[in-house]
Amino acid sequence: MPDKITNDKLAINVQGVTKQFGTLKALDTVDLKARQSKVTGLLGPNGAGKSTLIKIMTTLLSPDDGRVMVDGVDVLADPSEARKRIGLAGQYAAVDDFLTGRETLYMVGRLYGMDSPQAKKRSQELLERLDLVDAADRQTKTYSGGMRRRLDLGASLVATPHVLFLDEPTTGLDPRTRLQLWDIIRDLVKQGVTILLTTQYLEEADALCDYIYVVDHGKMIVEGTAESLKSSLGQDVIELRVSDAQLARAKEVIEQRLKTEVEVDDLTQRLRVRTTSGTDDLLAVAAELKKAKLTAEELSVHRPSLDDVFLAVTGHSAKETK
Amino acid sequence: MSGVSNTLQIVNRNVKRNFRIPQLLIFSSIQPVVFLLLFNFVFGGAVGPESGGNYINFLLPGILAQTALFGAIQTGVGLAEDLNKGVVDRLRSLPIARYAVLAGRTIADSVRNVVVIAIMLAVGYLLGFRFQEGILYFLLAIGVIVLFAYAFSWVSATVGLLLRDSETVQVAGFLWVFPLVFASSVFVPVATMPSWLQVFANHQPVTEAVNAVRYLMQGMGSGDAVWHTLVWIAVLLTVFIPIAVWRYRKIQ
Repeated sequence: MPDKITNDKLAINVQGVTKQFGTLKALDTVDLKARQSKVTGLLGPNGAGKSTLIKIMTTLLSPDDGRVMVDGVDVLADPSEARKRIGLAGQYAAVDDFLTGRETLYMVGRLYGMDSPQAKKRSQELLERLDLVDAADRQTKTYSGGMRRRLDLGASLVATPHVLFLDEPTTGLDPRTRLQLWDIIRDLVKQGVTILLTTQYLEEADALCDYIYVVDHGKMIVEGTAESLKSSLGQDVIELRVSDAQLARAKEVIEQRLKTEVEVDDLTQRLRVRTTSGTDDLLAVAAELKKAKLTAEELSVHRPSLDDVFLAVTGHSAKETK
Repeated sequence: MSGVSNTLQIVNRNVKRNFRIPQLLIFSSIQPVVFLLLFNFVFGGAVGPESGGNYINFLLPGILAQTALFGAIQTGVGLAEDLNKGVVDRLRSLPIARYAVLAGRTIADSVRNVVVIAIMLAVGYLLGFRFQEGILYFLLAIGVIVLFAYAFSWVSATVGLLLRDSETVQVAGFLWVFPLVFASSVFVPVATMPSWLQVFANHQPVTEAVNAVRYLMQGMGSGDAVWHTLVWIAVLLTVFIPIAVWRYRKIQ
């Protein structure tokens, strides 16, 4: 099955990359592999090293040590060849306020070496595809945040890149616009583009990524598919909320019954118990609370979310780091 | 060849920037005209006699040099802005010549200078300015001032790449530009300054450029100022282009 083999080829292979800024070790012998025509996610809190790694993979920054192959090109040895094969959309949506959408795409096309008719044709294609035709001849200062992101993404697609780097592509977007961008990303993958994206939204990683790396303090902590990361925690989570007055008593009762530790989330005052048999234990907890004349305001069991994974491996929730 | 084509695209982008952002256009064209009017009517009476009787003929070449330097500050400011907005990162991720971003910016600023100089000359004409030495020398004078401004754009680009924050670059711009503009022959004859200051004022590039333009437009002073200015331009370009390109490569 030759198809399978091509699919398995690595589009990105990062080995032992280290980068130091002064006394700060931004990246510490980091490895990362991304398979062709898949979405690979890079997750981590702010300052974890995600953007530094993106900059290194896109030739904007040289590492102190390590090897970076992108689309079969050694990025450090031949950066100009690498630049022909990649696209980058950064987290700032770096489009010029004073240019129109069409002018932006045309300029990028010309910079990639297209002649004028080619660049015009390509701009029109992308404007149509990204639903920007109506706004094409307006200066981008009149664009909404979502339109700017789409144009920025368009600029990174002008030269039909093999590998696309998206640095927090949906940060700050409203949910509807986010879903729209997800569709565009899925579409690109279908056409064979390899995508590496960073995000702070775990549900985004869950929805889009075939494979996920979690980075913190410049180190890769865990990697795997969303499913395998979740099941690596191996356990269901029972969550319940009781009134402040009953908190200590409820904790004690449940710990006695299930013979396991109950975590208390300081922020939300929720009690959390990890368990291997979620439903049985849920019923047991309910019975025990009733017996002790305690009232649970909420009681549920759920599979671990990526947020739980994040919490388990980094020691803090993804949301509180922003 | 592709480097030239890349540069032209960046020139095009920056020309649009210079002419489409209203604040930039006003700052670069109205402000020098206000200076011209103010200095002509405020200083004209006092300094007029010292300058040989016709102050506007003395002042306009000076204001052209001043405009060149004030305009140069914007090269660094614009570059710092592009750095912070991620525009430079986007351009650096494209397969284009490394010098294109800097060359494109400085050349676009020269285009703006030509337009601003034309406006100044028109206003100057209304105020009574006339060139005396023929059209050839007049055009040569314009060429010298545009080249002079170009050289200082590279100085400013270097400052922009070193400081990297547009407001800081703006403030720092006045620090290095003010002494050059005011301790020169722009507004008043150098002979009216204290002798220690004359040493600096007589040899610094702005005085040389102003004297060169006065010589070419008005036949004032000596023609030595022309080649002195050209040497200054060559020195500035030789020193600051490599530094700016080196800093650009070092951007992280």
